[in-house]
Amino acid sequence: MAQAATTTADAGHIDEHHWTSTGLNSRKIAIWAFIGSECMFFASLISTYLVYKGKSLVGPLPHTESQCMLQGKMQTCEAIFEIPLVTFGTAVLLFSSFFVVLALYGAQRGNRKMLVGWLSATVLCGLFFVGMQVYEFQHFFHKGLGYSTNLYGTTFYTLTGFHGSHVTLGVIWLSTMLYLAIRGKIPPEKALNLELAALYWHFVDVVWIVIFPVVYLMR
Amino acid sequence: MDAHSASHGTAGEHAHPTPGMYFRVAVLLFVLTALEVLAYELGRLPDAPLYTIVEPVVVPILLVLSAVKFALVAMFYMHLKQDSKVFTNLFVWPLILAAVIILSLILLISLWHKASY
Repeated sequence: MAQAATTTADAGHIDEHHWTSTGLNSRKIAIWAFIGSECMFFASLISTYLVYKGKSLVGPLPHTESQCMLQGKMQTCEAIFEIPLVTFGTAVLLFSSFFVVLALYGAQRGNRKMLVGWLSATVLCGLFFVGMQVYEFQHFFHKGLGYSTNLYGTTFYTLTGFHGSHVTLGVIWLSTMLYLAIRGKIPPEKALNLELAALYWHFVDVVWIVIFPVVYLMR
Repeated sequence: MDAHSASHGTAGEHAHPTPGMYFRVAVLLFVLTALEVLAYELGRLPDAPLYTIVEPVVVPILLVLSAVKFALVAMFYMHLKQDSKVFTNLFVWPLILAAVIILSLILLISLWHKASY
């Protein structure tokens, strides 16, 4: 109990209403339990993607030329992936994790300028990543890869689409935090509110750390 | 973690990392991502230098680099290195279960696929 209280005091937030018999904050336990359940959710999507990898009968395919149905006739389609764009998006998402910990650092120390600045940067990075994914999906669709075109399309869109929807939810959550921060409603004693959003954001980041090599780099 | 604990007394008494530490982790994550793409490119182009060495091991390289990046974010940005071990358990055990699910499904389907031919 004393150990947990010290930890919380170190983090700069004292919340009397959410302590459990473990000595830990119930909301923080809840977000970690949620993240644990999300691990298994994404595991099922990643395993489905891997199980069906290379089993598509028609194109387009991610890394190689293939025969695919375009405008009502079979044609040779080029590989659809654009690795440089996705690599840039990955770097942006990684940096957004860096920005949100700086925002949290500012929130815990009552530095509103640092909080608002870095949180704004995080939201912008999140919006860029969502925009990149929308562009990518549109680009793939124009190259002939629909949701039900082949097994690859179904598993790819399901996996990356669910991740994208998580990023979108994260952006909405962080934007709400930014709005509150601008209005001065995240003082140091309420920094835990931002910490919970940040934990979710980092989770979205670590899922992409797995998806990026598994989906885009492994041929 | 143990060495860190030993230098600061009991396990829960750690301050969160400083911005300098966060920055070093960010740079490391960026470098590891660059290495992933480099490994991918070296293993993709037969004319590339080191192609014959990298191509057979590109998947293990990517998996190891990805695992290191995952651990860095979880330990430093999600503060698992400093926070209570309860949080680590809430995250790591489902993660192990998730890995078992992925491996089991791949094994099961590949065995079923072999048996059906």
